[in-house]
Amino acid sequence: MRVGLFVTCIANLMRPAVGFAALRLLQAAGCEVVVPPGQTCCGQPAYNSGDFETGRKIACKWAQDFAGCDYVVVPSGSCAGMIRVHYPRLFAESDMQGEAVRQLAARTWELTAFLVEVAGLSQPPGWYQGKITYHDSCSGLRELMVKTAPRTLLARMPGLVLEEMDGCETCCGFGGTFAVKFGEISSHLADNKCAAIHATGAQAVVAGDLGCLLHIEGRLRRLGDTTTQVLHVAEVLAGRQGEVAWK
Amino acid sequence: MEVKAVEFVRKAHEALHNPRLQEALRRTEAKFVQGRREALRHLEDPDAVRRHATAIRDTVLRQLDAWLIHFERQAQARGATVHWAEDGREVARILTDIARRHGVRKAVKSKSMVSEEVGLNAALEAAGVQVVETDLGEYILQLAEEPPSHIVAPVLHKTRDEIADLFARHHGRPRKTDTAALTREAREFLRPHFLSADMGISGANFLVAETGSVLIVTNEGNGRLATTLPRVHVAITGIEKVVPTLEDAATLLRLLPRSATGQDITNYVSLLTGTKQAGDADGPEHFHIILLDNGRSRLLGSELEPILRCIRCGACMNHCPVYQSVGGHAYGWVYPGPMGSILTPLLAGLERATPLPNASTLCGRCAEVCPVNIPLADLLRELRHVQQVRGLRPRLETLSLRLWRALVLRPRLYHAVMGMAAWLLTRLAGARGRLCRLPGAAGWFAHRDLPAPAGETFLAAWARRRGKP
Ligand code: SF4
Repeated sequence: MRVGLFVTCIANLMRPAVGFAALRLLQAAGCEVVVPPGQTCCGQPAYNSGDFETGRKIACKWAQDFAGCDYVVVPSGSCAGMIRVHYPRLFAESDMQGEAVRQLAARTWELTAFLVEVAGLSQPPGWYQGKITYHDSCSGLRELMVKTAPRTLLARMPGLVLEEMDGCETCCGFGGTFAVKFGEISSHLADNKCAAIHATGAQAVVAGDLGCLLHIEGRLRRLGDTTTQVLHVAEVLAGRQGEVAWK
Repeated sequence: MEVKAVEFVRKAHEALHNPRLQEALRRTEAKFVQGRREALRHLEDPDAVRRHATAIRDTVLRQLDAWLIHFERQAQARGATVHWAEDGREVARILTDIARRHGVRKAVKSKSMVSEEVGLNAALEAAGVQVVETDLGEYILQLAEEPPSHIVAPVLHKTRDEIADLFARHHGRPRKTDTAALTREAREFLRPHFLSADMGISGANFLVAETGSVLIVTNEGNGRLATTLPRVHVAITGIEKVVPTLEDAATLLRLLPRSATGQDITNYVSLLTGTKQAGDADGPEHFHIILLDNGRSRLLGSELEPILRCIRCGACMNHCPVYQSVGGHAYGWVYPGPMGSILTPLLAGLERATPLPNASTLCGRCAEVCPVNIPLADLLRELRHVQQVRGLRPRLETLSLRLWRALVLRPRLYHAVMGMAAWLLTRLAGARGRLCRLPGAAGWFAHRDLPAPAGETFLAAWARRRGKP
């Protein structure tokens, strides 16, 4: 099973550990992983700003990058949703290039859903001691129905306790460019999220999307919380505490 | 009603710093969101009902002209007069015409969003007709001289204390704060108006083609009084409200109140068919129905057509985290929240509502709860696309997206730039491990820090590691 890993541009730039954690998890599930070196971004910023033409161009590039993969796996619900749900919509039915995109998009998965439903990973390799709470990022949740997969995997980790927060399915206010254009509303939503996180008494908030996580972490720190950990679910499952030794 | 949607950011700022509004929003969110969840549980298979409702709406929209003509014939056969209005100005003309012909001096109104859409009260008053709002919420707003902030609960933004002050000032009676007492007082003031009005004005929740009926749902009974007591009844509604049969209306009625207020059914469902006939105990002698287009027919057959399925339940706004934060007035026109962010640009003009299609995180919660499955987030994105095509997006955004696109499509350059950015951001963050400001990124840093990156991109680190023996 040849699995292409699409690292996503935010993880590539801001937190490579997420990419390595995803790699480790896929390998633990017995996949042959390839990382196309020319991969860039899924095109969401343009697409969500209404520039569909750029979206199309990037979709074609993406399909070339990952040609030959049995599956493409993405450690982000929103980028996976972009590819799986929105890429096919960018092309007319008769479009040949679109056909290649469509076929690959249909075999593209969000990481945790892939691990549970396709690869059947029975035991995540990492360990985590303590209480976490899980934020369901919007796109993964509503476009791809990723809800139980991360929880199933987390539940298989001894020592980890999951304490659900109020409104775990409520948007954290990130929304890509929304966070910049409507900064005040965005941070208001983040404050609601931070309060819900704090109310659980968890030592870490975990999610499947780095965009939301950077936003939540940025707000927590600005509000003076320097202790709550903010972790990508891949980092927890692969065992960030101590041993993703990649340097 | 004046369109103030371009002021969204400023109005949102005010709303966020209005503690009373925040309190009110929190309360209603809890009530409506939970209420809807409970009420839908009482349906055996809510999703099947929603699919059915969607199909009913789509059937109508696919042949809207035919259904409207069918409706018109049936309504005429029962003594009603049907008028077609292109825009608000025509509605005003038709209505003042009717008022003049029947010597109307006073009109009582039941709640109608379309009448807000076309600024009806002002037009009537200019024609010398006194207008009295009889929906409790709308009545309060009329006293306060404010527009509604929600399509189902128009005074959602007001606290009971504010209402008590308002009543004391306008009614000249001792101030009371008990809800029941306030309601009773309003009723005492409204009742004489029902009896003395020459004309009743209502909206329509649905137009039933099969019978030519106007269907309205209310919780206060004022709708029944306004539409049956005065000599003349005028119903004003958008052309998209027609449904084929009574059975179809019943299906939609299983969803409307459940989605709106969490009620299994509203207190009053009035089916108004034709004029008063010999032997009828009540009913208007003259029944006029004004069908308003106002840009709706333009949407038929377009990517944006699904918004015409809307049955005005308000669930999308009740569940929208942005609406929950800023309330309805921030949206600057009649229709707020996700549906308003689509309707306002479409009906009032995209140029006059540029922020609205963008004022959403596209979290998709609105579409998740919409009883007629309108893909609201997709429609918002489609509107952004229209803005892009028409050059209505901010210049700076367009410019930076173009730059970014040039990079994304050139991997080598892209990775070189990312590598530099990773290195630079890490250096700037220093030992603290986070950035607190950065030139040109005020929108982010005004409210948040940015966790520092690791110094090297994933792809660079991966290539280096693979290069090792
Ligand atoms: S868009 Fe859907 S949820 Fe919103 S008011 Fe209309 S019918 Fe209700």
